[in-house]
Amino acid sequence: MPRIGVFVCQCGNNIASTVDTKKVAGEMSKLPGVVFTCDYKFMCSSPGQEMLKQAIKENKLDGVIVSACSPHMHEKTFRKASEAAGLNPYQCEITNIREQCSWVHHDKTRATGTVKSIDLTRMTIERLKRNKPLKKIKIPVRKKALVIGGGIAGIQAALDIAEGGRDVILVEKEPSIGGNMARLSETFPTMDCSQCILTPKMVEAELNERITLYTYSEVEKVDGYIGNFTVQIRRKSKYVDEDRCTGCGECIEKCPFKVESQFELNLTKRKVIYTPFPQSVPNVPVIDAPNCPKIQKDKCGACAIACGPKCIDFKMQDKIVTEEVGAIVVATGYQLMPNERFGEYGYGRIKDVISGMQFERLASSSGPTGGEIRRPSDGKVPQSVVFIQCVGSRDEKKGVSYCSKVCCMYTAKHTMLYSHKVHGGQAYVFYMDIRSGGKRYEEFVRKAIEHDNAMYLRGRVSRVYEKDGRVVVQGADTLSGSQVEIEADMVVLATAIVSREGADTLAQRLGIGYDKDKFYNEYHPKLRPVETVTAGIFLAGTCMGPMDIPESVAQGSAAASKVLALFSADEMAREPITSVVNRATCNACWDCLTACPYSAIERESVKDRQGNIVRWLAKVNEGVCQGCGVCVAACRSKSIDLRGYTDEQVYAAINAF
Amino acid sequence: MKMKLSNEDISSVRVRQIERISGEDVRKCYQCGNCSGGCPVSFEMEIPPSQVVRFLQLGRVDEVMAANSMWVCVGCLQCYSRCPKGVSVAAMLEALRQTVLRKGEDFEKIKDLPYPFLKKAPQQALVCGFRKFVS
Repeated sequence: MPRIGVFVCQCGNNIASTVDTKKVAGEMSKLPGVVFTCDYKFMCSSPGQEMLKQAIKENKLDGVIVSACSPHMHEKTFRKASEAAGLNPYQCEITNIREQCSWVHHDKTRATGTVKSIDLTRMTIERLKRNKPLKKIKIPVRKKALVIGGGIAGIQAALDIAEGGRDVILVEKEPSIGGNMARLSETFPTMDCSQCILTPKMVEAELNERITLYTYSEVEKVDGYIGNFTVQIRRKSKYVDEDRCTGCGECIEKCPFKVESQFELNLTKRKVIYTPFPQSVPNVPVIDAPNCPKIQKDKCGACAIACGPKCIDFKMQDKIVTEEVGAIVVATGYQLMPNERFGEYGYGRIKDVISGMQFERLASSSGPTGGEIRRPSDGKVPQSVVFIQCVGSRDEKKGVSYCSKVCCMYTAKHTMLYSHKVHGGQAYVFYMDIRSGGKRYEEFVRKAIEHDNAMYLRGRVSRVYEKDGRVVVQGADTLSGSQVEIEADMVVLATAIVSREGADTLAQRLGIGYDKDKFYNEYHPKLRPVETVTAGIFLAGTCMGPMDIPESVAQGSAAASKVLALFSADEMAREPITSVVNRATCNACWDCLTACPYSAIERESVKDRQGNIVRWLAKVNEGVCQGCGVCVAACRSKSIDLRGYTDEQVYAAINAF
Repeated sequence: MKMKLSNEDISSVRVRQIERISGEDVRKCYQCGNCSGGCPVSFEMEIPPSQVVRFLQLGRVDEVMAANSMWVCVGCLQCYSRCPKGVSVAAMLEALRQTVLRKGEDFEKIKDLPYPFLKKAPQQALVCGFRKFVS
């Protein structure tokens, strides 16, 4: 016969005002197996917990029920107290008689609430009687992290993890780390030069001996679970031996072929063997194989001749590297929506219509014009520039429904840069709303308008066309209620931030969620902003949605702190509420495997003595299982049970109702 | 209304003159509309106070000159007291009036006003009116 104790909490007046706790305790004491009952004002208080411990010891209780608030609130408290009194913590169960009982019933005679509390507690007693003592699951943790994406968020995460004394692998798709931030000229609202604040961090990441840089590489495959991931990384062939290259740049100088530079957004050309920008990290050039005549047709080879240390190898092949890591930080960043989608703005057709990112390059001292604002068509200094905001953003029909968040700020910055560089030049800005939430952001925009004389016009532009070498912009100013026509020299589009191409494929590879715009989902938008539903995988930066540099950096650090917390112990303890497969009845239909949202179900083979596979079985990976119970519902042969919530327990509870 | 906007409009000499007379900076206004909302006489104005500032920002002095707004303003300074940016539309309207009156082409002579009217009008109206129309 079990020896169960029932503790009914009054929760001040929270429960007691609509539930007669004394009566609940009294009714429970009549049930078989219940040897101790009581009610108390605050069970969660220290005296309340002491009372629970004492009752367990004195009455030799083998199961405890606390009828109180939601298990989310105090299950941990009471389980800890029970454990301290020598009871298996999973022999302590909570009945929620507050949130869905006392709070929702207004019957001051306490009739309804009391009856319901009695029913609920009785059900829990029946469930508890069939409980089995459980032990926390221990999982070994491999103390090495993988950071995917070498933009500012990824660099920050890698640096912080390395600072915390753990090894990090930083994987970057491009030949250099730095990401989109490396392209920017100045940064709002302080106007410090982007390169000047970014490159020291890039170099720090390169020199830090705990950080392994894999540039020009991509994550191909991810297996495993929290603490124990196995990752395959494709290291694309650079055709240059990274270890021997001195970064002298002779090869780049001698290369006779030029193609459009992606880093400069096609504003200028680069050589076929190249580094994306002068401060590239690592400072090792790569050969753009599809455009290299030597690799394609075996003609040329000038770079190899020029190379002093002879580190160019035209036969180099991609390498697959396998790494074992305990945690993954995803910081894959963003890209811009193609401007060509908006024909009315003439991008691609009219040379002097450029994107905001291209303007960044024009304004950058390391850019194609050396920091002079010159328009692409004829190289003239534009005397009037029209900036168009919300190109694709807040455009449900042709673009995206969300606000790209940073365009208001960088457009204000552009107008400032322009007015500082071109004296007497006039900037016009077409906007819908100015969204300048952030420390000193609003003041920054006002400075652009009041001090640097940017003309802000509230309205969208509906047409842009060329006339006599100028670009005519037709829009509206709703503040004066008029249609506005401006003959400008150049037009700059503030294009929407969208998720990276292939963001969904990577998410599927990692088993993390993404939204309709293919931005990755955080576990909880407010309280767990850098975690994903897959334990051990964290997020940072714009792969989650548009954000500015300070936010991305903060998230990089936040993700790093989560990784370091995970790595702080050799083993990780997890709640044992996981699924378990009955090996005798499982017939390997794999319904559970398709149903599991966490990919926690694996195929297990049963072999005979000769090593032949005789049977297949579903197996639950306890490291991954979150105990949601979907597999239990999906299993047609009733071969899966959830520990702590077995079918037997649930049916017993229902029968007791 | 269709408006062709150019660099000359934005740096209009006429607007700068109004700024000099009034001591206000038209660019400071962020068009919240508080002045128009509180103005006790804006219902009589062809262009409400906030839009007067907007036209000045756009360098459209003619539009403002053609409207009755500056003559309707009673100079109560409610617009100034409520403006979150500390801009006085009243001062701008005063400056606009001055640019007309200083030409000396069209103004009222007090002694030409009919005596019964002067007798009937409240004192405040006369103070306001003389300041506004006489120069």
